[in-house]
Amino acid sequence: MRYGRTTSVLLLATVLLVIVGCSSTTSTTNTTAGSVPDLSGQTMEVAAVWSGTEQANFQKVIDAFQEQSGAVVTFTSTGDQIATVLGTRIQGGSPPDVAFLPQPGLMYSFAEQGVLQPLTDVIGMEMDSNFAPVWKDLGTYGDTQYGLVFKAANKSTMWYNVSVFNDAGVEPPTTWEELLAAADTLQRFGVAPFSIAGADGWTLTDWFENVYLRVAGGEKYDQLTTLEIPWTDPSVTTALDELAKIWGSDAMLNGGATGALQTDFPTSVVDVFSSPAKAAMVYEGDFVAGVITSETSAALGTDADFFDFPSIDGSPASVVGGGDMAVLMTDSEVGKAFMKFLTTPEAAGIWAALGGFSSPNKNVDPSVYPDDITRKAATALANAEVVRFDMSDLEPPAFGGTPGKGEWKLLQDFLSDSSDVSGIQTQLQDAAAAAATGS
Amino acid sequence: MSDTIHPEEGSAARSAANPSGGVAIGGPLGPSGPSRRRFASRFRGEHPSWKVAIFLLPGLFILGALVVYPILFTLVRSLYSSNGAEFVGVANYRDMFTSADTLIAIKNNVIWVVVAPAVATALGLVFAVLTERVPWATAFKVAVFVPMAISFLSSGVIWRLVYQDDPRLGLANAALVGISKVFQPPGPYPTARPSRPDMLVALDKAYVTAGAIEPGSSAELGLVAVSPRLIPADAVQAATATPEATAITGTVWVDFAVGGTGTPGVIDPGEMGLPGVKVEVLSDAGGVVGSAKTGPDGTFAITGIDAGSYKVGLAESNFRPAWGGILWLGPALITPSIIISYIWIWAGFAMVLIGAGLAAIPRDVLEAARVDGAGEWQVFRRITGPLLAPLLLVVLVTLLINVLKIFDLILVIPPGSVLADANVIALEMWQVSFGGGQNQGLGSALAILLFVLVLPAMVFNLRRFRAEQ
Repeated sequence: MRYGRTTSVLLLATVLLVIVGCSSTTSTTNTTAGSVPDLSGQTMEVAAVWSGTEQANFQKVIDAFQEQSGAVVTFTSTGDQIATVLGTRIQGGSPPDVAFLPQPGLMYSFAEQGVLQPLTDVIGMEMDSNFAPVWKDLGTYGDTQYGLVFKAANKSTMWYNVSVFNDAGVEPPTTWEELLAAADTLQRFGVAPFSIAGADGWTLTDWFENVYLRVAGGEKYDQLTTLEIPWTDPSVTTALDELAKIWGSDAMLNGGATGALQTDFPTSVVDVFSSPAKAAMVYEGDFVAGVITSETSAALGTDADFFDFPSIDGSPASVVGGGDMAVLMTDSEVGKAFMKFLTTPEAAGIWAALGGFSSPNKNVDPSVYPDDITRKAATALANAEVVRFDMSDLEPPAFGGTPGKGEWKLLQDFLSDSSDVSGIQTQLQDAAAAAATGS
Repeated sequence: MSDTIHPEEGSAARSAANPSGGVAIGGPLGPSGPSRRRFASRFRGEHPSWKVAIFLLPGLFILGALVVYPILFTLVRSLYSSNGAEFVGVANYRDMFTSADTLIAIKNNVIWVVVAPAVATALGLVFAVLTERVPWATAFKVAVFVPMAISFLSSGVIWRLVYQDDPRLGLANAALVGISKVFQPPGPYPTARPSRPDMLVALDKAYVTAGAIEPGSSAELGLVAVSPRLIPADAVQAATATPEATAITGTVWVDFAVGGTGTPGVIDPGEMGLPGVKVEVLSDAGGVVGSAKTGPDGTFAITGIDAGSYKVGLAESNFRPAWGGILWLGPALITPSIIISYIWIWAGFAMVLIGAGLAAIPRDVLEAARVDGAGEWQVFRRITGPLLAPLLLVVLVTLLINVLKIFDLILVIPPGSVLADANVIALEMWQVSFGGGQNQGLGSALAILLFVLVLPAMVFNLRRFRAEQ
């Protein structure tokens, strides 16, 4: 008897819950797409690695959402150890409603564990209208979209000293041939064309990835990342041959190959933007702007500027990038509404206007960015036809992320002596294969 | 510990404390023969063994948990795969001894062990002996010992800066380059090279015209890749030289106009003359017939030349590059460079220990020797040396153990591109297990290798300590 009563109480409760659930669903579907529903009294939690200025800027985005929805949003800064923090929260059964993941690999592993909510029904329409198709693919694991790249980074920017370019009479190039011609003019002018941070292996992998993406295209890039094609593939040969046109010539590099191998990343930037300049160009991502501001007296936009990494052999507009991906970790209405809010040009525009932020959203008005540099970097991201994440971040760290080992070391060897392309390819393949089985 | 337990036993218990600990660690190392029997009978005679066991238990537990268990666990772990799921036998050890990375690490460790402790001890000895007889000894001792007070990581950062390749950043190269400039001043245009290598041919480090030139004609010698910041402010638009009957004239100029649009070998508008270049007229035999320096518009005139066929050359001294110093952090020198920084840190430690030993040597023995007519060198070799020998050995072995475990300096000082060339076992172990590799099976095997290498030195030191008691 007693058992029966409990069951009926439970049944009743379930029925009530279902009714409540249905009513809230109907209320959201009634609102027009894009606008935020009334969610007064509901609470949710957002977790991200941001702290300091970034946290303060993101809080402005949260504030706008709270104002429009009436929901209360709390922000949790996870610090650098976001994988550990989220893993613990998931095991404890209380994940945050929305989290921002700085590495795509983390999104893949969470999606595999089944702890992420699919986004197709939540923001499918907004994705199509506000983003180039490539951004949807980047947030997709298997056949389902789980991630939304909210804050993006552009790692296809070639920075140059404006006055050196003017003095030598060189225009920012748009194709690889123009780049090589400009480099030749610069070295005849008497300034080393490139400053390369060869002491830091990661700058070399970024160089390679940009060249490879343009030489081989996105599909092969993905296959090489997962070793579906080996490093001995002819497409890698082509990319290394192109790289060797710059890396293989001492006249192209500040200090020659030996000097480049002794140069760390901040120094490589300072060498270009100090006065007198030791080199004309330095390749790295949009974060170079921060180094220029903090380590040199060059003014962004007037003394220092960048052009997009040139197209090779007519390759389409391509960007190697990174970004913080928003994922939905609970099936809550307020969480879904927040994700939807993040897809709007309005949400991205709030942070964009505050600086230090590039949005892949193509409907963000470029005029909201505070300066030309950010505007250019963000526009290149939003308009890119091919976008890929940093390959070395997706590879096992033993191959793609350890100083003095794997891809870092082998590309340093290649910078030191670029005559034996096939030998380096074999070594890269061996190291990649060993790291793949080792982890 | 024994003091508080057995206050009534006094010094006897104190001397017993160590050997009993020794027995707990490993029987064979304990005192042998009669002395062991004496301790055993003392304990057996006055205390029941269960009581002894109770007092030993906490120590044993801590020792077991912090020393014995980790060693055994590492040993077992080294027989499993990277994620620990699969038993792989000695595969990790095979990988270890066949990997090029480990072989470099072992080679470097051998260099370290042979060089670093010996040099640090020797320097410590020299410092200790010298500080006994110089005024300001305390100040000197403090200066030598201060590096010990800095964390090794900071020391590494300091030395990384000292060794910077760019003489404007690195102290070591700044000093060397400063000295070298006095003896061999660099040329005014070190990077310059001919715009037409077919007309101005490289000869050693100088450049000489390909064709013959006679008095009354002009030579146009175009250069490119002249660093713009080295072109003097008084340089003006390059001009064509006026020919003179008994002179060879010509122009040396920067054959580069904005945009790189000019024709190589032709003086185009916007191309500057290069002042201060030393031009020489060479006879067929190669001898210098006359020379001149170029003016602000790049023209030169070398007068008083007899009729004949000559060549015009730009002397090597124009292009002599400034010596850049030594590549301290390059693949070839990286290990010696780090060893120097290690010695900078540890020589002070050796000096203080040896200094204490020197102070303990009875003065009357030294005085007696001197009275007997022994020179200072003889006193050192026959008396101070032998009396200090046991202490020197202890310092040497302590440093040896320390050197085998060297890690922080190797992590900090080399640039990423030469890290593999500077690698040692301890760093390789960390990199393989945690610093990216995440292969704790191989990492454990490396840890065991390091343990086996340190073991003889440890045993030696324990033996010594025991013998001294």
